[in-house]
Amino acid sequence: MSARAIKVTVNGVAYERSVEPRLLLADFLRHTLGLTGTHVGCEHGVCGACTVLVDGDSARSCLMFAVQADGARIETVESLGTIGQMNALQEAFHEHHALQCGFCTPGMLMTATDLMRKYPLASDDEIREGLSGNLCRCTGYEHIVRAVRAAVGRAKDAPS
Amino acid sequence: MTEQADLDLRPKLIGARIKRTEDPRLLTGLGNFVDDRQVAGVLHVAFRRSDHAHARIGPIDTAAAQAAPGVTAVFTAADFEKTVKPLRATSRMKGYYATPIRPLAHDKVRYVGEPIAGIIAESRYFAEDAAERIAIAFEPLPHVADPAEAAQRGASLLHEEAGTNVLVAREFKRGDVDAALAAAPVRVKARFRMRRRTPLALEPRACVAEYDRSRDALTFYSTTQVPGIIRDSIAEALDLPGHRIRVIAPDVGGAFGGKASLYPEEIFVCAAAHQLRRPVKWTSDRMEDFAATGQAFDEIIEAELGFDRDGRALALAADVVGDVGAYSIYPWTAALEPVQVVSFLPGPYRIEHYRGRVQAVATAKAPTGPYRGVGRPTATFVTERLMDMAAAHLGLDPKEIRLRNFVRAEDFPYRIGSGIQWDRSGFAECLTAACDRIDYAGLRQRQVQVRTAGKYFGIGIASYAELTGIGSRISVAPGMPINTGTETATVTVDSTGAVTAAFGIASHGQGLETTLAQVIAEHLGARLEDVRIVHGDSAAVAGGSGTYASRSMVLAGGAATLAATAVREKLVNAAAHLLETAPGDLVARDGRVTVAGTDRWVTFREVARAVYAEMGRLPHEARGELAASKTYDPVFGTTTSATHIAAVEIDPATLEIKIERFVVAEDCGRIVNPLIVDGQVHGGVAQGIGAALYEEIVYDVEGQLHTGSLVDYLVPSACEIPPLEVVHIESESPTTLGGFRGMGEGGTIGAPAAVANAVADALAPLGIEINELPVTPERLFRLLSAARK
Ligand code: FES
Ligand code: FES
Repeated sequence: MSARAIKVTVNGVAYERSVEPRLLLADFLRHTLGLTGTHVGCEHGVCGACTVLVDGDSARSCLMFAVQADGARIETVESLGTIGQMNALQEAFHEHHALQCGFCTPGMLMTATDLMRKYPLASDDEIREGLSGNLCRCTGYEHIVRAVRAAVGRAKDAPS
Repeated sequence: MTEQADLDLRPKLIGARIKRTEDPRLLTGLGNFVDDRQVAGVLHVAFRRSDHAHARIGPIDTAAAQAAPGVTAVFTAADFEKTVKPLRATSRMKGYYATPIRPLAHDKVRYVGEPIAGIIAESRYFAEDAAERIAIAFEPLPHVADPAEAAQRGASLLHEEAGTNVLVAREFKRGDVDAALAAAPVRVKARFRMRRRTPLALEPRACVAEYDRSRDALTFYSTTQVPGIIRDSIAEALDLPGHRIRVIAPDVGGAFGGKASLYPEEIFVCAAAHQLRRPVKWTSDRMEDFAATGQAFDEIIEAELGFDRDGRALALAADVVGDVGAYSIYPWTAALEPVQVVSFLPGPYRIEHYRGRVQAVATAKAPTGPYRGVGRPTATFVTERLMDMAAAHLGLDPKEIRLRNFVRAEDFPYRIGSGIQWDRSGFAECLTAACDRIDYAGLRQRQVQVRTAGKYFGIGIASYAELTGIGSRISVAPGMPINTGTETATVTVDSTGAVTAAFGIASHGQGLETTLAQVIAEHLGARLEDVRIVHGDSAAVAGGSGTYASRSMVLAGGAATLAATAVREKLVNAAAHLLETAPGDLVARDGRVTVAGTDRWVTFREVARAVYAEMGRLPHEARGELAASKTYDPVFGTTTSATHIAAVEIDPATLEIKIERFVVAEDCGRIVNPLIVDGQVHGGVAQGIGAALYEEIVYDVEGQLHTGSLVDYLVPSACEIPPLEVVHIESESPTTLGGFRGMGEGGTIGAPAAVANAVADALAPLGIEINELPVTPERLFRLLSAARK
């Protein structure tokens, strides 16, 4: 199989790389670009750990080939706040103990980012529904729901 | 204000709701998980695994795989014959057979997914391609899938040398159970089934062995809960001294027991790296995780419980068959799960006569091993179902029958029929608190109303007790190859005044970097942010096993208390010279040593400089290293108890079981960090709900695995888990140092029984009992159809 050249923008940085057509987007992000914040929990599209945003929509990077992302704008967990300056969603996860092992966390954060941009998330049921494609084995979801609710509240209160 | 009063008033770190120190890295994508490691020149592994449940391995043709692109080497069992010593989970249990654990299947395969050959290639993609090119001549052998059949004489044997498939059989008894049952005016009896599960950590297992040519040494990163155990066992298998194999568990993405055993793949990766003198990495996929990570539960229990006419339990008899899969898992042994069932069946109750018999039967399925709760979820399911059945029989409320039977305050310490001793814990207090929180009486009233409206609405109670923080006097399998009863902490104040505390435990979601820092900072008088916790590294302390069995806060917390207190004394002694006062006048807090009642103080940094750097500043006897290493052994351990209550409604059309409320009241002793305790309980309950309603590993009669993906094996999502409510009771400080009780597993122990009782209660008008878990819509449909006939 011959390698193909692709151009992608990841977290605002433009990359040109030559990749095998069968290389998964998740492996491309993690091992070609070294962005290991995106996790792989199942490689078959169920757990949501590998969730990233592709052109503004959440997508499972284990179900896409890197070549399919040619020309796309990708956001990963590394695009959110930094250790010294976490964003409101990350702060809410910290405050409410919404992570234990942290393996599902990047996918949760990216899904929640997508949800918060698009939906009002007025009730906990809506939040649960929105997160239902992301499995967490540690938290029982209770604290994750509280954290997202808090982040939604904070976003509403913030001056626009 | 006096200094002492001032000290008492200052906010304590132990007990504070402190945000976790491990969070920022995990929230920003900077976690350091095994597969995240980028190692120069690393080679990748794919395994060719068995597609037969039970077969003899004939000739293996690896030539095509060897010649495939990117392949460096292909190994089969023969390649390790001389270099890797098989390990056995030994024990002194009578009649026990310890199966050999090898890196690759030798001679025979015994479950679908057992590794037969390991391919080493430049990328995982190449390695997986080549795995398909290996040709193996299998000679299929008769199925050994059903545990009851496998236990019979004449059954086809999985391990011929054992002479039987019953790897171990045990009996626990007290009193005369047959006579007591015969005389009991009320008896309830049933056959229960707890189906097979998998721990399902979200991070699949992975490991990488980095080879140091200069020392012929390995640094082995693995997704393990037990780096000390892995170091010791691989050192033994490869015949290396411990200082040439260092095992590191970096950030680990959940484990729940599934990463607490030694796996063939771990031995393989170390042996291959050692033999090739190259770094070697293996990252499993989810399918491999389903096929080859230690599975859980899988028991058939026949149990009978006898009562007097007032509903007081008199005698309990149980026969348990545990389907333990193909091997006796290292180091825990095949006894671990099924024996714990009979050990804990009497529960928190006074039951004078008891007999529990158990057989651990080998079948051609993946080995079972530790999973959150170990044995106790099944034991609690059985006993709590029997309690409810008896309550219905006697016309008692489920709450009342439990109150009548709990071990009473005046009975502690109380020894149950299996020999386990409960120390004082809030059995009745937890039940009462859970009932208050959920408004039990109100729910019962509502049940009457909705029942008349034709709805299925049920309330289920489960009370249990567990032994946590187990010390050296109690062993899951007598004479097993490891010591689970002690942990060590080494606390060091270095020459800059910074504090490092090293442990043998390995946190993988429990937040021990935070809670142990709380304990150290409190006892040392340091600031929390100045304390670094080192864990998950076999080189951190001379001997330690890891994090499992709800032990880390009790054992490592106890060791931390001892070591931090010893170092504080050294700091204070040195500071006394600097401040020209008696040590008794000094207090250590917030990283300073202060003369009580004054504003004269020296910082830890100043003391450390005086001790280590400033020659002649201190007399010789005050210049000892500011470090201490202490080992703690709680000897027996302590009792943690809880009551779970679930309220469920069942949709008559779809048979969907919706959990409306779920309340836990638990007594876990002194709480170090309430935020973390809540999180542990929530997560445990969610897994218990999964075990009650959704999760099941299915093998067919030929031993083929039918649940190899997350589409077949259902894990609850945020929509299936209700809001979770937790009430903390701190009944009495236990005898453990610091007053801690373990609490990592309890959620999973109580929830299956509570949900089962709630479902049975909802269907009580139809006379349906729930004796098998998970109660999937299909099982429920069959039960309803049978009841309507
Ligand atoms: S790894 Fe992509 S959904 Fe699980
Ligand atoms: S925090 Fe471990 S899987 Fe969610």
